Amino acid sequence: MQVIVNISLKYGVLDPQGRAIGRSLTDLGFQEVGDVRVGKRITLEIDETDASRARQRVARMCETLLANTVIEDYEIEIDEGEDA
Amino acid sequence: MSLSALRVTVAVFPGSNCDRDMMVAIEKLAGRRPALVWHKESSLDATDLVIIPGGFSYGDYLRCGALAARSPIMEAVLDHAARGGAVMGVCNGFQILLETGLLPGVLVENAGLKYVCRNTCVEVVGGTASPFTDGLETGQRMIIPVAHNEGNYFASDEDLQRLEDNGQIAFRYADSDIVGPSNPNGAARDIAGIVSPNGRVMGMMPHPERAISPELGSADGATLLTACLEALSA
Repeated sequence: MQVIVNISLKYGVLDPQGRAIGRSLTDLGFQEVGDVRVGKRITLEIDETDASRARQRVARMCETLLANTVIEDYEIEIDEGEDA
Repeated sequence: MSLSALRVTVAVFPGSNCDRDMMVAIEKLAGRRPALVWHKESSLDATDLVIIPGGFSYGDYLRCGALAARSPIMEAVLDHAARGGAVMGVCNGFQILLETGLLPGVLVENAGLKYVCRNTCVEVVGGTASPFTDGLETGQRMIIPVAHNEGNYFASDEDLQRLEDNGQIAFRYADSDIVGPSNPNGAARDIAGIVSPNGRVMGMMPHPERAISPELGSADGATLLTACLEALSA
């Protein structure tokens, strides 16, 4: 089963990279751009067929290692169509 | 205990690059060569101080210090700290200590988005009893270099207030005629280093081991390290 983890900076945490990207986009003429935030996407191949068990395990992985919950939020996406 | 009886251990991770400088500095100041211990070891020989050195452990993959913080040797370091053992992390070592949760907060990318490598003026704050600051004067200023891309200390407002109230801010960046503007990375409240509530664990971004003789531009790092070593051997 494939599980995708999206990690983003918590609201209120300064994202200097996002800010620099936003400035560049504005300079390039994309005036409509406001706040820009940069995140991380981690794709996991997991030996598990039960989606809710997989979600539980991956949440543990996020809390243990994948995200630093002081500054980051995580979202777990499971593509049920990928079930073995 | 004499200084040379002090048992210092330096942890080494794949990608550590200040381990040797730290070993040389400690040997020069204490008169005894520290033990080096590889990240795959799961136990520590009896030791009075564990130093987590600077570098790019595990290539800074995922987040700086994240993978090193979960390595076997850090389990042993956590046990050592839980018994009240002294632990010092410098630069990447500080990042690793934050990732283990031994110290609060996180070091994020420098506000200027650039790697910063220069001298900084570090002022002793202190407050809570700690071997890392007790031998230094409050307000004492030292010229010590930083070299990092993620040194921008961040913590929740509650954590920052707790650090202030408990006297856990060990070192702050200060303005100086010699090295110019203070805060090199945007760190909250100009924090350069903090200690744990019991004062036994300390993390700092500046590299004292790179300032151990006037030929290196400053010997103030030797002052800081000697004060720690003396406090621990007292």
